[in-house]
Amino acid sequence: MADVVEDEEKWLAAGVAGLQQNAFYMHRALDSNNLRDALKYSAQMLSELRTSKLSPHKYYALYMRAFDELRKLEMFFKEEARRGCSIIDLYELVQHAGNILPRLYLLCTVGSVYIKSKEAPAKDVLKDLVEMCRGIQHPVRGLFLRSYLAQVSRDKLPDIGSEYEGDADTVMDAVEFVLQNFTEMNKLWVRMQHQGPAREKEKREKERSELRDLVGKNLHVLGQIEGVDLEMYKDVVLPRVLEQVVNCKDELAQYYLMDCIIQVFPDEYHLQTLDVLLGACPQLQPTVDIKTVLSRLMERLSNYAASSIDALPEFLQVEAFSKLNNAIGKVIEAQVDMPVLGVITLYSSLLTFTLHVHPDRLDYADQVLGACVKKLSGKEKLEDSKATKQIVSLLSAPLEKYNDIVIALKLSNYPCIMEYLDSETNKVMATVIIQSIMKNKTRISAADKVEALFELIKGLIKDLDGTVHDEVDEDDFKEEQNSVARLIQMLYNDDVEEMFKIICTVRKHILTGGPKRLPFTIPPLVFSSLKLVRQLQGQDENPFGEEESTTPKKIFQLLNQTVETLSNVPAPELALRLYLQCAEAANDCDLEPVAYEFFTQAYILYEEEISDSRAQVTAIHLIIGTLQRMHVFGVENRDTLTHKATGYSAKLLKKPDQCRAVYVCSHLFWVDDQENIKDGERVLLCLKRALRIANAAQQMANAARGSTGSVTLFVEILNKYLYFFEKGNPQITVAAVQSLIELITTEMQSDSSTPDPAADAFLASTLRYIEFQKQKGGAIGEKYDSIKV
Amino acid sequence: MQEVHDYFKSLCPDLHVTRGEYDEDSRYPENKTLTIGQFKLGICHGHQVIPWGDLDSLAMLQRQLDVDILVTGHTHQFKAYKHEGGVVINPGSATGAYSSFTYDVNPSFVLMDIDGLRVVVYVYELIDGEVKVDKIDFKKTATTRSAH
Repeated sequence: MADVVEDEEKWLAAGVAGLQQNAFYMHRALDSNNLRDALKYSAQMLSELRTSKLSPHKYYALYMRAFDELRKLEMFFKEEARRGCSIIDLYELVQHAGNILPRLYLLCTVGSVYIKSKEAPAKDVLKDLVEMCRGIQHPVRGLFLRSYLAQVSRDKLPDIGSEYEGDADTVMDAVEFVLQNFTEMNKLWVRMQHQGPAREKEKREKERSELRDLVGKNLHVLGQIEGVDLEMYKDVVLPRVLEQVVNCKDELAQYYLMDCIIQVFPDEYHLQTLDVLLGACPQLQPTVDIKTVLSRLMERLSNYAASSIDALPEFLQVEAFSKLNNAIGKVIEAQVDMPVLGVITLYSSLLTFTLHVHPDRLDYADQVLGACVKKLSGKEKLEDSKATKQIVSLLSAPLEKYNDIVIALKLSNYPCIMEYLDSETNKVMATVIIQSIMKNKTRISAADKVEALFELIKGLIKDLDGTVHDEVDEDDFKEEQNSVARLIQMLYNDDVEEMFKIICTVRKHILTGGPKRLPFTIPPLVFSSLKLVRQLQGQDENPFGEEESTTPKKIFQLLNQTVETLSNVPAPELALRLYLQCAEAANDCDLEPVAYEFFTQAYILYEEEISDSRAQVTAIHLIIGTLQRMHVFGVENRDTLTHKATGYSAKLLKKPDQCRAVYVCSHLFWVDDQENIKDGERVLLCLKRALRIANAAQQMANAARGSTGSVTLFVEILNKYLYFFEKGNPQITVAAVQSLIELITTEMQSDSSTPDPAADAFLASTLRYIEFQKQKGGAIGEKYDSIKV
Repeated sequence: MQEVHDYFKSLCPDLHVTRGEYDEDSRYPENKTLTIGQFKLGICHGHQVIPWGDLDSLAMLQRQLDVDILVTGHTHQFKAYKHEGGVVINPGSATGAYSSFTYDVNPSFVLMDIDGLRVVVYVYELIDGEVKVDKIDFKKTATTRSAH
């Protein structure tokens, strides 16, 4: 292969050298006004173009040099004509050149001057030239020759308003000329396909590709002729071009030229000739990538519709949608082996078109999706990643257009298409949908819409058949589930009945999610439900309300069952927290039995499921904190729960944790805003118990490590003493406070105590606090007055 | 949650987090202290301080941590409370999340501008779709503390 290239380089170099040498002599002849010699040398120069040895790419290099030289020759001819030399004679003279190729190049060159001189109508000269060029049937040489003709005639066509416009109908002549040149060039181009041995087919196609713009240029010229209006395009240009395209039966040419037509001529023309254009499609070779052609056509038309609203009525008038839809159907029918990717690409383009041109016609969009479903049915789930990407693009289009999932949900075929996605892509699509909702802050407020939505995104909600959870990346999984959780927060309706329906619908779906998903999806559902409870509280009680209507009690029942499902995960810590939240909400609704039930569940979890010591510490604090705020409990219930809580506190593993939990329990016996919960004695009992535990902790530390450890716990308890002292608990006396202060000070100064700067600072700030309170004066000041620091 | 953590980090790489009652990540401490300029700050979510939201109990924690400013949360209610020992700030909930403490959770957050012995607290609240900003000034008196 390298040899051939090397040889080609050599031949090209030789060709260029020959060309340059003759050009040199030609110039000399021109300078001395020697027409005969000029013609002789120019013919010799042009002979280099008679070579068969060069590839199109290299031939082009040679051709360009010849082209440049011919410009100078042309200028000389022009001068000659101006000086009175007969152009007709010149036209005759150059035909004496020995070989046909140089003869024709020279003829075209003179012809250019001839037309400019206006001694003959442009159409006559052009007709003569285009027919004479038939003399060259070699594809590459012929193509370049005709290309030369096209180039020199470009500005001399008898167009409307041009200086070469003769009598009426001359535009027709211009068109005829270009069409003929085009037709001949295409024939030459196609002929290249069949030259040479079969094994070099690929090489030939590559070479043909390099030449395609030579052929296409003619269409560009046609597009730019002023006189070619819609009528002429419809009646003459398009039919003739299509005739050639169809009849040449060449895949390469057909694909290129169809695309050329679409890109070159105006969109309004395409709209008005849609039938004809689309009618050609099934007539093309089956191997032509017609789907790309159609897609590009639809893309152009979509952009046209998007950029100019005035054009929209035209689309309706020519029934563009149904024509395109039918055409696509026919193509798919004809090309039985078209891969799924092709089908979906076509429908994707049609859908984009529909969304641009007929945004209000959801039925059209649904039709397109339906056609897609039909084509996909009977096949298995897609495995081709390009095809699935295309489907995602197809399904994303309505989302992006309408920015509202509710509209997309109206497309009945939308979920059907998702059925054909593999589970991975299903999840991708589901994520796209959720992101669209987030971005547009779409409010989905009807339970049936929520149902449809959760059906659509079921890839995220549960394990679809055959998927194994282990394959999923942990972080990705978390992100997915968090996005579902966020989605749940966005579902809302002011109407309480509808909202309850929504909650039930969501619950139904997320309960199919399995143990790995529930910890993510249950909490937002619970909080949505609690918000609904508040909404109900805000409304006036309806004494005439139906049996079926939603009440807080009903919601709490549902909540109980919902939180219970976390036991399957298992997630006892989360469940405990949620039970306590529900208890507080029940408290606000004055539903004592309900609140008690939630506490019971929480306690059971604490006793049976939470065994990690740190988890226990946090859990007991949550229990105490919640219980402290309850006002709905009667004495008995409250006592039971409090007794248990203090019991748990005393049984925590580490002594410091015990101490803290116990002194915190003191708050259970003294609630500021509830007059009947101010049991000074029980408060003191708690604090004393805490002190005992703190002491025991000290002794243990002494025994185990030889030093008594930190006095921090004592300082904490002191602070609690002060708290209740200030609140007016009669059991907390000045003496008690005083002796505790002394105890602490003694401990700190003792030899066996570990120095602890934090504890020191704590004591210092506590004593400062006492000082501040003394300074306050009034009742507080009096109280604190007797405490000596 | 990793996403939220990363988002905060993108706002400011110097991020301090303490554990909330729903945080499963045990990396986060129960409370934290740090010094910024002349101020010592303490951070604690607050579900550990009972009664929840009780300013006297929070003041106790403040004394224990020995900080000028205590930043706390849990109730989702904005509060800024000054007492002789310092300042307690609850910035409320940035997302307006459900709270058993209040039925009206307006999303809010706080920016503190610490300059020398002065801190200006800017509180941003989203009320009925509008952002309202309020400003509170605190000056630290340079009280001499007994040396230890």
